[in-house]
Amino acid sequence: MTAPSAAASGAGLTAEAITKRFGPVQALRDVTLHFPPGQVTALMGENGAGKSTLLRILTGDHQPTEGRVLLDGQALGLDSPIDARRAGIRIIPQEPEIIPHVSVAENVYAGSLPRRAGRRLDRAELRRRITADLERLGFDTVLDPDLLGSGLTAAQRQLVEILRALTGDTAARAIAFDEPTSSLSDHEVDALFALIGRLRDAGIAVIYVSHRMKEIFRLADRIAVLRDGTVAGTVDARTTSEGELVRLMVGRDLSALFARQHVATDRVVLRVDNLTTHDVHDVSLEVRAGEVVALAGLIGAGRSELALALAGDTPVRSGTIRVDGSVVRLRGPRDAIRCGIGLAPEERKAQALFLQRTIRDNTSLVSLGRLRRWRFVNRTREKALAQEYADRLRVRAPSIEAEVRTLSGGNQQKVVLARWLALGPALLILDEPTRGVDIGAKAEIYQIIADLARQGTAILVISSELPEVLGLADRILVMQNGRITGRLDQSEATEEAILALAMADDLTPDLPYETATAPRTGTDPAPGGTR
Amino acid sequence: MTTALSVDREPDATGDRPRPAATARTWLARAGGQNLALIGAMALVLALFGSLNPNYLSWDNIQVIAEAVTISGLLAVVQTVVIICGALDISVGSQAGLASVTSAMVFTATGSNSLLGIGAAIAVGAVIGTLNGAVIIYGRVNATIATLAGLAAYKGIAQLISNGAAQGYVLNDSLFVFLSRGKIAGLPVMVWLLLLVAAAVHVLLKYTDIGRNIFAIGGNDTAARLAGINLNKYLIAVYALSGMVAAAAGVLLTARTGSGQPVSGSEGLELQSITAAALGGCALKGGRGGIGGTLLAVALLGALQNGLTVQGINAFWQNVAQGALLVTAVIIQQRRTGERAVGLPA
Repeated sequence: MTAPSAAASGAGLTAEAITKRFGPVQALRDVTLHFPPGQVTALMGENGAGKSTLLRILTGDHQPTEGRVLLDGQALGLDSPIDARRAGIRIIPQEPEIIPHVSVAENVYAGSLPRRAGRRLDRAELRRRITADLERLGFDTVLDPDLLGSGLTAAQRQLVEILRALTGDTAARAIAFDEPTSSLSDHEVDALFALIGRLRDAGIAVIYVSHRMKEIFRLADRIAVLRDGTVAGTVDARTTSEGELVRLMVGRDLSALFARQHVATDRVVLRVDNLTTHDVHDVSLEVRAGEVVALAGLIGAGRSELALALAGDTPVRSGTIRVDGSVVRLRGPRDAIRCGIGLAPEERKAQALFLQRTIRDNTSLVSLGRLRRWRFVNRTREKALAQEYADRLRVRAPSIEAEVRTLSGGNQQKVVLARWLALGPALLILDEPTRGVDIGAKAEIYQIIADLARQGTAILVISSELPEVLGLADRILVMQNGRITGRLDQSEATEEAILALAMADDLTPDLPYETATAPRTGTDPAPGGTR
Repeated sequence: MTTALSVDREPDATGDRPRPAATARTWLARAGGQNLALIGAMALVLALFGSLNPNYLSWDNIQVIAEAVTISGLLAVVQTVVIICGALDISVGSQAGLASVTSAMVFTATGSNSLLGIGAAIAVGAVIGTLNGAVIIYGRVNATIATLAGLAAYKGIAQLISNGAAQGYVLNDSLFVFLSRGKIAGLPVMVWLLLLVAAAVHVLLKYTDIGRNIFAIGGNDTAARLAGINLNKYLIAVYALSGMVAAAAGVLLTARTGSGQPVSGSEGLELQSITAAALGGCALKGGRGGIGGTLLAVALLGALQNGLTVQGINAFWQNVAQGALLVTAVIIQQRRTGERAVGLPA
């Protein structure tokens, strides 16, 4: 690890005037940021502010529409992640990519394994290398190089990624950590921070993406804030405050976005008692007609899993679900839809949309039963229906015959909403309804939610954006580790209160690869192939 | 379609939508680039072989081509449905063989009752089709592997019950004779049957909610499930349909050759049907395709094969040509999707 002379001007990694467009969506606009060597620069911003896109450009995964990336003042042509790796730019991704059935050592050097004549694996050299590298980085006590990829904990998986970044032919010059602590326990976070400290002292430019204020103040030298694809400001971590950072991140009066009256009635649409599934434990809740209930919590708290259970997609182990007072047994999403439960899932492209089909097809899909005579779909009525909801939700497209893949994220989300609105569900579950949606479409989606509530729909919103939770909800339920850990009324809820509940106790933090407590039966699909 | 999409709506704040011009251009757009390319290729093939041999374009030869493609055409039509679901049925040829043997043997055993023979063949097709679907759904076996196993097993069953030999003689029965040699309005009955099945499947895919759901399953099975579509039911039904249509093709095979054929005449039909579907524009990932394109591709393949035969080209070369065509069709498809060329192909 060579320490470049930090004194040289322009040393370190620089993003220069970077603009990135994805079709109609402008993800980054004229972003110029400098990441000096020997410093930790935190990158903050709301979801969708452009942090991931910037990281992807810096690490060669995306190419900028305009602008360039420089290292020590030299422009780099980064056509692929391999180019970036050669130049010494590394990223520790949020979700480590681990090959399940090979050892830690082979995972670390995958792609450049030592070999003997005839392309046979040189096991002695592999052993020598991994031992030396583990020792050099101080991991020799925490990571056994013979463990199989499938048996690693979340923290160990991350260590493998870090090892990948710090080994290899070229020395690392800049390392980006993308929300590295989201699946680590306190003790593991301490170890990670010690390591990042050493990287900084070795003259590496560290980029640290996180939402967690406390960590950022503990670790960062400088803080760069992105907002809606532009740089909102770069501040010195020693002189700034949480308030200033929030102001930089939000930069607008949020209350205007959420101007809505509260129209909750007394009619209980959904009542859940002691619901337990594979990932959700003993959850009880109620949603009334016209009420917006938000499920807050950290990623992995079990909110989406609860949503899928309510939509009939995951089997219920115990507990009851009542819709309009009567107990329902949901054997599949079809049953849930019959009961009037609609789900706009978290990953709209993967879980909701048919990208190659038209807006009309996507909108009418769950309403076809109403649009057919015998089994023939009445095209005229179908078009009228799709057009009505496309107009009502202001879907911006040339016509309802446009393929959904050509639309922007916000308009795609509106198509998902149109599908459910056309059906008129009693309960609508919205999982991260504004993720990856620009600010204008966000405001429109909030308005749609408010309108629905006024018409008497019961709404359950899952959101990781606290301002959204606070602005939309009549009541807020906070989840952690598959359980509801807090219930807040709109009047008493603050970001701090929600966060406190979301990270409430020191139950084992949510480590999907360590939850040996939940007995896995043979039929349960084991995530990540842990078998 | 007289209702204009948005013409009589009040001007939208989001800007004017282009007014659909009901002209040749929309008609062309509806026909699709893929189909136009097929028509072009067809014209090329006809012109080439027509100039080499004037008899090639005679009405007699065209009827020969049409009859020759009926059996593979039926399989291609039903393969289209399976592929749109995002699956594959490589056991269709073996199913046709088993059905062919069944029809002839039941016909003989029941004292020349052709209806019973045909009915038994179709019933066998329905059963083994359902079995394919059940293995895939309840055994959680990949569709390609499950039907590859079926390809071997059903062929084996056909050979076992027939001792590997052609069975019976059916052309003493008027129904079988009608199927093989009859004509309605100048067109062979077999061709009418293909057109009938193709039209029925086309209507199913294009105009019913069942068809919409089939496209949805192939386009995004997770989204289809969350939209309340019963994937298991649909997949099993589609494989049952595939079995029944393959059985009908087997019955036609019996009628054409005069006896039940366990293997000859049905071997290799799975390749032909998949090639036709892929050439016809079915995305092998599912969710995209149509009967029109498949029929055009069937006709193109038939014209090509007949032309090569008329020119005396070695049949072994025709196999090479067919393999090359399938790969070329899929490469063109993949290029058109414009996806990033990283990772392994899906």
